[in-house]
Amino acid sequence: MTMLKRILLAEDNENDVELTMTALAENHLANEVVVVRDGAEAWDFLCHEGTFAGRNGGNPAVVLLDLKMPKVDGLELLRRMRQDPRFKAVPVVVLTSSREESDIVQSYRLGVNAFVVKPVAFEEFIGAVKNLGLFWAVLNEPPPDRIQSPSAA
Amino acid sequence: MKAPRTTIRRKLVTAMMLTSTTVLLLVGAVFVAHDVVSFRRLLVQALITRANILAANSTAALAFRNPEDAGQILAALKTDPRMIAAALYDQKGRLFATYPASVPPGTVPPASGPIGHRFEKSDLVVSQPVAEEGQSLGTLYLKSDLKELDDRLRVDAMVVLLAVLGSIVVAFAFSTWLQRRIAQPILTLANVARNVSEHKDYSLRAKGAGDDEVGVLAGAFDEMLSEIQQRDKEIRQLNVDLERRVNARTAELEGANKELEAFSYSVSHDLRAPLRHIDGFVELLAKHAGPSLDEKGRRHLATISTAAQRMGALIDDLLVFSRMGRSEMRKTSVDLAALTEEVVQELKADAGNRCVEWKLGKLPTVQGDPSMLRLVLVNLLANALKYSGPKEAARIEVEAQSQNGELIVSVRDNGVGFDPTYSHKLFGVFQRLHGSDEFEGTGIGLANVRRIVSRHGGRTWADGTINEGATFYFSLPK
Repeated sequence: MTMLKRILLAEDNENDVELTMTALAENHLANEVVVVRDGAEAWDFLCHEGTFAGRNGGNPAVVLLDLKMPKVDGLELLRRMRQDPRFKAVPVVVLTSSREESDIVQSYRLGVNAFVVKPVAFEEFIGAVKNLGLFWAVLNEPPPDRIQSPSAA
Repeated sequence: MKAPRTTIRRKLVTAMMLTSTTVLLLVGAVFVAHDVVSFRRLLVQALITRANILAANSTAALAFRNPEDAGQILAALKTDPRMIAAALYDQKGRLFATYPASVPPGTVPPASGPIGHRFEKSDLVVSQPVAEEGQSLGTLYLKSDLKELDDRLRVDAMVVLLAVLGSIVVAFAFSTWLQRRIAQPILTLANVARNVSEHKDYSLRAKGAGDDEVGVLAGAFDEMLSEIQQRDKEIRQLNVDLERRVNARTAELEGANKELEAFSYSVSHDLRAPLRHIDGFVELLAKHAGPSLDEKGRRHLATISTAAQRMGALIDDLLVFSRMGRSEMRKTSVDLAALTEEVVQELKADAGNRCVEWKLGKLPTVQGDPSMLRLVLVNLLANALKYSGPKEAARIEVEAQSQNGELIVSVRDNGVGFDPTYSHKLFGVFQRLHGSDEFEGTGIGLANVRRIVSRHGGRTWADGTINEGATFYFSLPK
């Protein structure tokens, strides 16, 4: 049996990281959660570059993505992932404060798997994140690594 | 401008030719008439002179009553082929001698006629007295044909005809040359006018059209063209200015709109995040330190949480309101009756087991944005339901009627109503006439209603009495 896939959380706000981690912890998930603070760092993680050069493990089970981040924002990271055959199939869930229609439309156009608006009420937020973690890390079967293009298989 | 049917050239030539030909013919006729009249006078004169000579020669023959001599004298006439006949009559008027000697009967009168001359058919006749020393001896009668006159007439006619024909040729040449001088400037002017009207080219000019009235006309025409060209230029310039200003204004507006969008985006994203943090950490605090806090402390934590959540709701409402003003309208036919029925069904589920009587009047189909109009109905009907909550038997009526070219929809309830003094505040953003502890809500609903209706070109207003219900109206142009 291979090791459990990790959850990649791309979120620049420390408070949000703490609240999300708290919510995920309530699931008692065995998956490791890797936190990155912007899109560039997330890209480094995915590509095994920079501070993540030489890390072990493959693609994450799911990327929980905030939209508004410094350097490379969420939509830009999503675009890069969907254009790269290595990360094309990795599930991405946008987890954001924004309820702006343009963000929703744009995210789906770029191939997001789910779009979740963080509720203001903590109870609801906990519920939402718990559900997300349970679904994407446990219930959902992620694509195996290196299945990206049939010709490469 | 179509091409003229007959050209001015042809008209000019025709006029000149008609005039000159008529004049020529008239002059020719007068000339012939005058020539004939004077020639006849000459003929008469010559015949009278001849008669006088013959009469003088015949006096002796008559006096001595010698018809043979008389006959010889008359026979001298045969040298002149024009002479047809001649006769001498004696004192008493009896025929005395004739030329030719034997004339067919009727050629000369049997007795002497009156003195003088006259024209008979194709002959000229002269009767002259024969007298000597004042004593009348008889009468001489001479008859000459008019062949000479006919010849003369024929020659005259020929001359006139030739002159007329020659003159016509010359006149045609002249008129062709003249019409060119007269018509050319007019044709040039007409050409320019046609080009101007066909190609709308106001830079053309008809200059050099001569120094006569046509020249004046061309000058005036050119002046008018200059005027038009000038105005055309001004209008064009104005249009360009206007367009530039519109573009600038549009760019400004677009900029402002972008800014507004950016603003509402940050509100949506950045303002909600801290609220979520407040609520989240209050919750964590309550979980972590709740048991060690007293009742008052726990109440404070609950208040912080409620306030944060309320602010979240306010922000959400404000964003919806702002979006309502910015988003594009998609106008189609909207069946108000079906839409209202749909909204009522939804609200009935929320009303639980309350006793509510819904009365829907006849509602027409209107032009509008379906989702926006739906929001209007949801807001008005949900308000009616909410504010009739305290009543045991709530009644909500929706009606529509046409008035002055617009459709007026009213939503009436028998709920708590409102103080009409403050009815102008009802449609303001976050304006409420009831405390939030009494009725929940942020106070954005009617502001949305007003914004949507006004974007549809309609108006909103309300009637109400405290504790006797309220009626909300909105109008839609037809």
